[in-house]
Amino acid sequence: MPGHFEPLPGGGAAVALDDVEISIIRSLAVQLLELIGPGPAENAPDDPLAELFAEGPSEPPADPVLRRLFPDAYSGPGGEHASAQEAEEQRAHSAEFRRFTENDLRARKRDNALAVIRSLDALTSVSEEGGVLKLSREESGQWLGALNDLRLAIGSRLEVADEDDTDELYRLPDEDPRKPMVMAYLWLGGLQETLVTTLMP
Amino acid sequence: MGRVTAPAPLEIEQTESAEEAFAVPEPDVPWVTIVHNDPVNLMSYVTYVFQAYFGYSKDKATKLMLDVHHKGRAIVSSGTREEMERDVQAMHGYGLWATLQQDRK
Repeated sequence: MPGHFEPLPGGGAAVALDDVEISIIRSLAVQLLELIGPGPAENAPDDPLAELFAEGPSEPPADPVLRRLFPDAYSGPGGEHASAQEAEEQRAHSAEFRRFTENDLRARKRDNALAVIRSLDALTSVSEEGGVLKLSREESGQWLGALNDLRLAIGSRLEVADEDDTDELYRLPDEDPRKPMVMAYLWLGGLQETLVTTLMP
Repeated sequence: MGRVTAPAPLEIEQTESAEEAFAVPEPDVPWVTIVHNDPVNLMSYVTYVFQAYFGYSKDKATKLMLDVHHKGRAIVSSGTREEMERDVQAMHGYGLWATLQQDRK
């Protein structure tokens, strides 16, 4: 079962991963953690309420990956015809929404990426060559979220904007500098696709 | 009038405000949560999210996913603004591209 998850009897999922695959997923998850950044409580570790009461940012992130992970809530595609007044109203609502939700969203995405790193480290502590990774149902949910975030991040970096772009990626020549990232993107897609199948109600 | 004790007017006030709450002339224009198409999210994953978060049947979730895929967007829930903000936040948590707006047709 290399490259794909299988359901475990009684719930959860399993996948065989070798050392190279483990190091690729781990390194991508670490990069994602670094991109998402620390929570507000990191600056005040002694104050348990800092995280609760800290307000998030009101402006969309500058980085395109983060803008995709934390999109505006009040203006999407198709909103180009809005009047200047409507656009200003949407911007203000999006800013307020972001202030009250983005910290929570970032925390959730951090937790998912950390869960992935922890389960991989548990696997390599048993054997350095890898082995069969077994996930509980809860861990499967966290992996599913992290795999999706990783694919969104790589997709943004590769500038995948429509289905035609994805088709083009499949046909990249070997010497294209994007090729390794594309291989990782497609491979993570296979992992996610098979993991979601194990979770289908 | 000066001799009326405090509890009486308070009681009247409560009754009035309760009646007012029931006498809303017409419901506010509802808000909707819209999920937009993007080429990265897997069709199976989007269907899974609609089932897992909204509790929709497999058929309904699949139909909504196909609407997102083919029409570029689909309304996945409707309700008060607060409810829709909650749904949009949840969709962002799953990595789906969602927005909310008032359902002016």
